[in-house]
Amino acid sequence: MRYMLLIYRDEKVYEQLSVPERGKIFQEAFDYSEARRPSGFYQGGEPLEPTGTASTVRMRNGEALMTDGPFAETKEQLAGYTIVEARDLDEVLAFATRHPLVKAGLSIEVRPIRVGPPQ
Amino acid sequence: MGIEEIFRADYGRILATLIRLLGDIDVAEETLQEAFAAALEQWPAAGIPANPVSWLVSTGRHKAIDRLRRRAWLEEKQDEIARHIELSTPRLADDEETPVPEDRLRLIFTCCHPALATEAQVALTLRTLGGLSTEEIARAFLVPAPTMAQRLVRAKAKIRTARIPYEVPPMEALAERLEAAMVVVYLVFNEGYTASFGARLVRNELCEQAIRLGRMLVELLPIHAEPKGLLALMLLHDSRRETRLDASGDLVLLEDQDRTRWDRAQIDEGAALVEAALSEGGRPPGPYALQAAIAALHAQAATAAATDWQQIAALYGVLARVHPTPVVELNRAVAVAMSSGLERGLALLDTLDGDGGLAGYHLLSAARAELLRRLGRHAEAVESYRQALALVSNEAERRHLEKRLREVTS
Repeated sequence: MRYMLLIYRDEKVYEQLSVPERGKIFQEAFDYSEARRPSGFYQGGEPLEPTGTASTVRMRNGEALMTDGPFAETKEQLAGYTIVEARDLDEVLAFATRHPLVKAGLSIEVRPIRVGPPQ
Repeated sequence: MGIEEIFRADYGRILATLIRLLGDIDVAEETLQEAFAAALEQWPAAGIPANPVSWLVSTGRHKAIDRLRRRAWLEEKQDEIARHIELSTPRLADDEETPVPEDRLRLIFTCCHPALATEAQVALTLRTLGGLSTEEIARAFLVPAPTMAQRLVRAKAKIRTARIPYEVPPMEALAERLEAAMVVVYLVFNEGYTASFGARLVRNELCEQAIRLGRMLVELLPIHAEPKGLLALMLLHDSRRETRLDASGDLVLLEDQDRTRWDRAQIDEGAALVEAALSEGGRPPGPYALQAAIAALHAQAATAAATDWQQIAALYGVLARVHPTPVVELNRAVAVAMSSGLERGLALLDTLDGDGGLAGYHLLSAARAELLRRLGRHAEAVESYRQALALVSNEAERRHLEKRLREVTS
């Protein structure tokens, strides 16, 4: 079964970090995930540019309206995602709990990826 | 044993086995209802089978297979046909239908999975292992029945969709997950014991359910000490249930309770469990065992005056190290006051007050007021009783504080 790990961070905190600090966090996360690729658990993932680069499209008065910024203003912002293939939620939670990004203060939301048509 | 008794006593056991066989809580619940309905229909004429639990599991499983077969043919659902074939294959030998103790362990660990909200954990545990109806759980927690039903539906959907495993956690995770399960059991007990609202009968039912779950954990995890501590703690508290309120529903303090009406059998069982929990060597005793040891000292004192406060204060000292919370410190201060002098206890309370961890907690003010009253410092006691009254929410406790306040002002 596949799960998506949605990685959230407080961008204000992230902005305070130096480039080498950001690089170190990213490298640790990269290594951590890649180590689980050969077994088929880690299926891929990517970081996202900050929400300052986001554009949102929604319907307003029957017209598609584009706005600058993320879908919603939140305390923590989506920073990236990871896809894993696991036998159950516990396997994913164990992976997330020891994730270097969690240790670095980021949050990970785990969601099952739906298979087939909506129920 | 009649059908009703079997339903009450073995509901959790049968359901847990059906969940293992059928792979889904909802399907297992529905088929178990059908199996009980079949029993009500057939047993009065045919007699109760030699092994009623196995009969119900087997009947439930066959009903589930019939249902899946019907539905699969009607809707030609590929995955359900696959599931049906899986269920019907001879691979599933008959002895797999025999309930095994791990079934109920799997179920409690699934219900108390940390990925579910605590209130959902409590509701699911009572529904599945306790066999309480949604309406009964809703009544016990003063929640409208549809809200409780919704809570259960959501929790079960999450277990299914996010695939929360139906298994006993592996060794490295077991201690932490057991801790979570014990929190749920003790929460159920306290909800029943604190009787702060709602009908008495419903609340007693919660205490009984919690004790049954505690027994189950002791029975299924015999090498673990803390379930014994938890069961002992609940039994020792419950032994005093009948004497905690007087005829008019007013609170009776421990020292004023009629000790002859305490439940001896529960006290003896609790004390033996405390001993077992504490003697399991190699590790420091856990918080439940320590609290139970304290409760045992209270329960075994022939009179309030004979209470071994010295020992109780020492145990609170140990508890404060393994489980450092302001409430434990508050209790330690009271034990010190009773064993080494009211002034010393009062000094500890003042330190605690300064720390601010119990700001807004009525029992800190109430304890302070009580010590001041015993010291004859009535003016200060009045002030503390008023502070406690401003914070208290339980009606019986409020009446008790008001009574004390009247005593010191007159």
